[in-house]
Amino acid sequence: MILWVAIALVGMAALAWVFRFAGQSVTGNAPKFRDMPYGVAFGYVLGAVVLLWLIWAYTQGHSSELAIANKFFFLRIAIEGFILFAIAAWVFRILGRNVGTAWSKKMFRSMPLTASFGILTIIIYAIFAIFAGAIAPYGQEQIIPGVAANIVPGGDPALGGDPAFYFGTDQIGRDILSRLIYGAQNTVGIAFATTLLAFLIGGTLGFLAATLGGWLDQVLSRMVDVLMAIPSLIFALLLMTIASVWAPQLGIPLTAFMVIIIAVIDSTRVYRLARAVGQNIVVMDYIEAAKLRGEGLGYLVFREILPNATAPLLAEFGLRFCFVFLTIAALSFLGVGIQPPLADWGTMVRDLGGFVNYAQFAPLAATAPLLAAGAIALLTVAVNFVVDWMLHKSSGLKE
Amino acid sequence: MGNVLKIILQRLALGLLTLLIVSIVIFVAVNLLPGDFAQSILGQGATPEAVASIRADLGLDQPPVTRYFQWLGGVLQGDLGTSFAQANFASFTGTDSGATTVAQQIAPRFANTMFLAMVTAAIAVPFSIILGVLAALCRNTVFDRATNIFTLSSISSPEFFLAYILILFLAVLNPIFPSLSNIFEGMAFGERLEKSMLPALTLTLVVTAHMMRMTRAAIINLLASPYIEMARLKGLSPMRVIVKHALPNALAPIINVIALNLAYLITGVVVVEVVFVYPGIGQLFVDSVKIRDIPVVQACCLIFATAFILLNLTADIMSILSNPRLRHPK
Repeated sequence: MILWVAIALVGMAALAWVFRFAGQSVTGNAPKFRDMPYGVAFGYVLGAVVLLWLIWAYTQGHSSELAIANKFFFLRIAIEGFILFAIAAWVFRILGRNVGTAWSKKMFRSMPLTASFGILTIIIYAIFAIFAGAIAPYGQEQIIPGVAANIVPGGDPALGGDPAFYFGTDQIGRDILSRLIYGAQNTVGIAFATTLLAFLIGGTLGFLAATLGGWLDQVLSRMVDVLMAIPSLIFALLLMTIASVWAPQLGIPLTAFMVIIIAVIDSTRVYRLARAVGQNIVVMDYIEAAKLRGEGLGYLVFREILPNATAPLLAEFGLRFCFVFLTIAALSFLGVGIQPPLADWGTMVRDLGGFVNYAQFAPLAATAPLLAAGAIALLTVAVNFVVDWMLHKSSGLKE
Repeated sequence: MGNVLKIILQRLALGLLTLLIVSIVIFVAVNLLPGDFAQSILGQGATPEAVASIRADLGLDQPPVTRYFQWLGGVLQGDLGTSFAQANFASFTGTDSGATTVAQQIAPRFANTMFLAMVTAAIAVPFSIILGVLAALCRNTVFDRATNIFTLSSISSPEFFLAYILILFLAVLNPIFPSLSNIFEGMAFGERLEKSMLPALTLTLVVTAHMMRMTRAAIINLLASPYIEMARLKGLSPMRVIVKHALPNALAPIINVIALNLAYLITGVVVVEVVFVYPGIGQLFVDSVKIRDIPVVQACCLIFATAFILLNLTADIMSILSNPRLRHPK
């Protein structure tokens, strides 16, 4: 194995040298090839080899022999998915450039492909989350009577599938497709609500601290310092332990506790940002003018500071949403987050995770946990792409 | 030099104070639990005498402030208390089968987690610095964009997704590494390394992205400075300009980022250990959370917080030491 890798590397190194030499003699010593460092030539060869390997693996995935096709099944799906998403993002960007108001057209013109992919994905998730009840074929906690548990995805009866349940059913006979769709509503919805709450708490307190200063600022900032000294997932787990004892006694669902706990923990980060941004705004002349006019605290915070702090807060909202979303997914994966019977992606990964081990023989069986985990990853990647682009645009960085 | 020492001592004192306050926060949080352990273990039919007996046994009849100082004193002497799940109430049942203390439970697992963290750091740090330097070297090329997309995706994927992808490709489809890390005492180093390879690789993917992006940003920032231009005009090769001239000056922010990322590793380790059933402290923590074994939860929480604070403190001190401007505050 290691020997083969070494041989391949040496071979590529020789190829790179040949490539540069051939380029020089064929193009008549063009400056591009003459001044090319050896590392760059090697990079070109490496890229070409990787690309060739991907094409080879893709054709292997279509191989007639099942054992070989199974081995490259996931790579094939990944390549197909990647190309499909790239085309969808490209079409979406063209659509955006030609349809809509002048403002949106202008925005789409300067947009990189990654950002248009992000926006498209977020829109699709939003549609699924809002209309989950209408789209999903079955209920999220509905154990379909008369149907076996553990139906393999794919809908092919010969492989143990059922066309009525395209993604199969889980251990107790619930439709996985419906649970994935409802998962969008539950997981994304709860994460969104948590982020909103975190911004409400952190933003308000941060602006108050910036405007009033003095002892309030000191007390709040020191409290935030202490809370931030504990790793957030660890602190959330500790508090969830306590909440899991309180929840049945008070008759409040554990999920509500989780929303509050994560919102409070994450609001510390929002507080830091809001306070820093607010402090820069508070020293402006127009704030002084508003104060002299005799405006109240509420007017100062919501009418003067907030509108001027929207841009950094909006970017932070995207990033914070990702963090909250990942924290909730991690908690659910560990079994202390969103509680069954609510469908949730983190819990689904935990419940179905064992099927990954059958991938060699029945690749379709392994798709269910990967679909749920992939759904989480896809949304966070999409949000990150959009935030990256927004930050790049607002900072005017062109490098 | 005296000035530097003073600043470092100041930071250390501040770190200790933070640690003390964090321990109070953890203690208070745990004591918010309704009822107490004695009642919950004995159930509804408990006689008042039995409850009182267990309370006295565990020291739950003391006022909270006394208990806090007893706990803190114990922690300072390395005694983290007795695990509820393992306690056998010698005075109550009249037998003593050698109760496991929390410290005994945690010690081997702590060593395992440290091993995992070190393997991860040994892979991730050189890998991310090389990748960052390469990305800075060929910025705005296809390679740079590809690494940018790749790192952004691996930052934003949940740890368990990366873990399952690695299991799928490196353990199930191509059996290179084992997908379960059943590590036990007295295992040979090579075997241990092989078994903890997949969790280490998962953590590497999570951490590398941050470090690589920071390395790239730090070097690109420096490339705009005049002395780099001078080196380039002298006719040095781009590689030499970056490795010899830019990297030493960019080292300060990079070391800072590495320390911060090792601190971040502590949070990531919990999920990854659960996926791979790695017998580390993170898994113990999650298990104890599920069975509400409060002394263990408390102790694990304190250990995680301590490591987190210490690493942040290290990053802080490193950046002071490496940046002359911070050494002489106005």
